[in-house]
Amino acid sequence: MVIFRIVEMTSRAVGTSWPAELAAVLGPDSVITDPARLRTYECDGLTGYRVVPAAVALPRSTEEVAAAVGVCARHGISFVARGAGTGLSGGALPVADGIVISLQRLRRILHVDPVNLRAVVEPGVTNLDISRAAASHGLYYAPDPSSQQVCTIGGNVAENSGGAHCLKYGFTVNHVLAAEVVLADGTVTTLGGQSQHLPGFDLLGAFVGSEGTLGIVTQVTVRLLAKPAQVRTMVADFATVAAAGDAVTAIVAAGIVPAAVEMLDNLAIQAVGASTRSVYTADTAAALVVELDGPPDDVAELFDDVQRICRDQGSTKIMVAADAEERALIWQGRKAAFAAVGRISPNYFVQDGVVPRGRLAEVLGRIAAMADEAGIRVANVFHAGDGNLHPLVLYSEADGEHDRAERLSTEIAELCVELGGSLSGEHGIGADKACSMPRMFGEDDLATMLRLREAFDPAGLCNPGKVFPTPRLCGERPGPYRPHPLETAGVIERL
Amino acid sequence: MTERTSFDSHRPPSRELLDDCVHCGFCLPTCPTYVINGEEMDSPRGRIYLMDLAERGEIPLDRTMSAHIDSCLGCLACVPACPSGVRYDLLIEAVRPQIERHVPRTRIDRLVRRAVFAVFPHPARLRVAAVAGLLYRRLGLAASLRRLGVVRRLPAQVRAAEELLPPVRFRSLFGRMDAVVPAVGERRMRVALLEGCAQRVLFGDVNAATARVLAAEGCEVVVPREQQCCGALSMHAGREDEAARRARRLIDTFERHEVDAVVVNVAGCGSSMKEYGELLRDDPAYADRAARFAASVRDVSEVLAQLPPRAERHRIDARIAYHDACHLGNAQGIRQQPRDLLRSVPGVEVTDIPEASICCGSAGIYNLVQPDAAEELGRRKAAAIESTAPDVVATANAGCLLQVRRFLTTDVTLVHPIQVVDAAIRGVPLGEERR
Ligand SMILES: Cc1cc2nc3c(=O)[nH]c(=O)nc-3n(C[C@H](O)[C@H](O)[C@H](O)COP(=O)(O)OP(=O)(O)OC[C@H]3O[C@@H](n4cnc5c(N)ncnc54)[C@H](O)[C@@H]3O)c2cc1C
Ligand code: SF4
Ligand code: SF4
Repeated sequence: MVIFRIVEMTSRAVGTSWPAELAAVLGPDSVITDPARLRTYECDGLTGYRVVPAAVALPRSTEEVAAAVGVCARHGISFVARGAGTGLSGGALPVADGIVISLQRLRRILHVDPVNLRAVVEPGVTNLDISRAAASHGLYYAPDPSSQQVCTIGGNVAENSGGAHCLKYGFTVNHVLAAEVVLADGTVTTLGGQSQHLPGFDLLGAFVGSEGTLGIVTQVTVRLLAKPAQVRTMVADFATVAAAGDAVTAIVAAGIVPAAVEMLDNLAIQAVGASTRSVYTADTAAALVVELDGPPDDVAELFDDVQRICRDQGSTKIMVAADAEERALIWQGRKAAFAAVGRISPNYFVQDGVVPRGRLAEVLGRIAAMADEAGIRVANVFHAGDGNLHPLVLYSEADGEHDRAERLSTEIAELCVELGGSLSGEHGIGADKACSMPRMFGEDDLATMLRLREAFDPAGLCNPGKVFPTPRLCGERPGPYRPHPLETAGVIERL
Repeated sequence: MTERTSFDSHRPPSRELLDDCVHCGFCLPTCPTYVINGEEMDSPRGRIYLMDLAERGEIPLDRTMSAHIDSCLGCLACVPACPSGVRYDLLIEAVRPQIERHVPRTRIDRLVRRAVFAVFPHPARLRVAAVAGLLYRRLGLAASLRRLGVVRRLPAQVRAAEELLPPVRFRSLFGRMDAVVPAVGERRMRVALLEGCAQRVLFGDVNAATARVLAAEGCEVVVPREQQCCGALSMHAGREDEAARRARRLIDTFERHEVDAVVVNVAGCGSSMKEYGELLRDDPAYADRAARFAASVRDVSEVLAQLPPRAERHRIDARIAYHDACHLGNAQGIRQQPRDLLRSVPGVEVTDIPEASICCGSAGIYNLVQPDAAEELGRRKAAAIESTAPDVVATANAGCLLQVRRFLTTDVTLVHPIQVVDAAIRGVPLGEERR
């Protein structure tokens, strides 16, 4: 029953003088307590969950973060770190009576080191700004979430975010060398280091992907890569989603490691078509975006191979980006797809399940059948090369489709686990999928994870209620997911 | 739901428009106020959230709400940045008048706003103010006052206005243009030119250059004399009735002339004139006429983009940093045409400015009512411009010219793009084109 301890500890009495103390250490301009203003912080990219915090702190330096956390520690107040609030699993969802610590005022790029191929940045710097700062040296930061122009490196570290190019280059965890963090008692420490081969436990590895439950990142040293000598990109259309799925399997089976393989189905293409200068074929059932990079000769050869495989798999049309501008348009469409779905549907849920690559065609077929049965449209736009699905379940709140869509969405996630995959590829567990964790992990597994968490944060003040199932959210007994009474009543919702 | 809303029933922001926001945050990095202070309530996403809450009646229309609506520059950088197609332009335009009606302003804010609207849209009064400002500068009064620290002791808002006054030349103040400028050579178009209220007084040179270039390219240019302010500043500040009144009057004035297009050289005026249809949609006597008028409005660079250059351009060797005025780039989607226009001059090298999408802080009367934020943005913009080491800065909006000039530390020539073309056609060096 260790699992329940966190929640009990967070409900400790809240002192009265802490807002004044916060204002004293940060300055009154950096603490928000006004009710209307606080409401703008009540949710992140997943708006179905909302909790109004007691205060928001906007520190400007590591010292100020440590001071704010120190106040929390002394008064037993929970705190939740917040980057750009683009998370899709409710990771930055505030805790009632707790404070939100926004890292949006720590946005300096401290150092770009082109010799050792690294950059030192503050946590509020956006993912894309790191690449922009490195561009003049011919370098870039590889992980590229679709939200890269807005999401912060701190959020990326917390979520171990991925992106289209993580197929070849790996996730955030493969590109972070060191992180300065403020622990839950207010101490500042550095995990990792300049060398990639440090003896002892990989504490940095444990921290990356911990979803803000182990401490607050205040400085990150990331690895930079040289821009590849050659990049070539194509969009291959297919007459069915299954054929596109088979093509992905065939490309990978041929031993080719593309920089990216992304899939969009027709609904997603429609959404993108409504928003940007779309380069996608409006009426194709599915499109694969395949990008290869590396030395020009290798790229040329493999690019031909990929085109041949796509044709063998029945591709109806292949469009090759003629220049950098056309490539940018392809990616712009792909990366805007999530939000563009807002144009074709009033509401939507986005899932993040992973399936073994070989089962892509199968899972897409089953999702389509489930969608038909539920009478709900599902758009697909995802990292096909990783088998990381992002089914977007489209519905209209006003037409009373919410419950049906929600059920379908949960069933899709569970289907992924059933097919030997995972609940989440890159968006994290957060508040959203915490109750589903027992579907993937036994009680022992969860208890072990919790011990690690408690080693960092024994008082359980740091982003409580996330990742691990709690009785408050999931009902009295942990175990296979069942709807919480609040959910049944429609007060809270899951994706 | 509607009975609980905090907005009154006169054109509140619509639920459908609010629902388009999916809270993805893609707009955040383009928003100048968010870039400055990193607070959610001062971001497009946060402002939409506040509007949404007010629409549901969950928060009142009070000073908290107005603070974050007022701090919005209306630069509309968030509109093209939004993948979900949120019409923030319509949202903010719907909310500003609601704030204006329901939230009492502080005394100093009220005074400043009243003063601004008593002067800026009225050429005669502005002329007096400008001459006063001119003498004030000419007599070295400004310098001595500044030395004495008097200026520094003025409230920030007053200081902002003082620092904005351009070094006006007497001639351009009182120069009146002919009512009709005939086309040079065969006539290709007949257009009517908006003089602009502040533009006419402070940047008469730009109007003269515009008329000359249009004529040189085969346009007959009509300049309706009796024209008054287009109401852009009022609209921008949520003074809806005043804006509508001015719009009606301008339509009346221009309808008397049979033209192919109404040409504007001030981005802010052009963007609001293109929205007259929306503004007057509930007025049966004007709705159709307003829509027709709006459809005939063109920025001068749009008109010239359609007319393949006929007049010879002399060479001007200059590196020109082009600054996208928000109301041209974001509001009207006009980015390419002014650059092409500049490039039509041999010898001109056009450079883009880093952080181009971030507003310079001018934004209508913003620099007068929100001086601190405007100052920070102005400095940031000037630094970005200077990082490209230009000889000339070109931008198509009077407000931007004023604002940027105030913060540049190096000696660069500031012009409207049309002045570059004018100088090239006339074969005079840039910066000496004033007659
Ligand atoms: C349109 C759209 C597309 C997306 N595409 C992708 C994608 O392709 N790949 C992908 O992986 N994700 C994607 N995401 C999800 C999201 O952008 C990522 O999870 C991102 O890393 C979140 O960053 P953020 O700065 O917004 O963090 P937030 O949402 O603010 O926070 C996320 C989590 O990180 C924690 N956190 C934030 N900052 C810190 C810090 N300094 N120290 C410790 N913890 C911190 C928070 O407590 C929270 O648990 C997408 C989101 C949207 C809206
Ligand atoms: S980009 Fe558009 S949808 Fe996304 S938060 Fe901003 S306004 Fe809303
Ligand atoms: S109009 Fe400009 S200042 Fe206002 S919310 Fe949009 S980007 Fe921000």
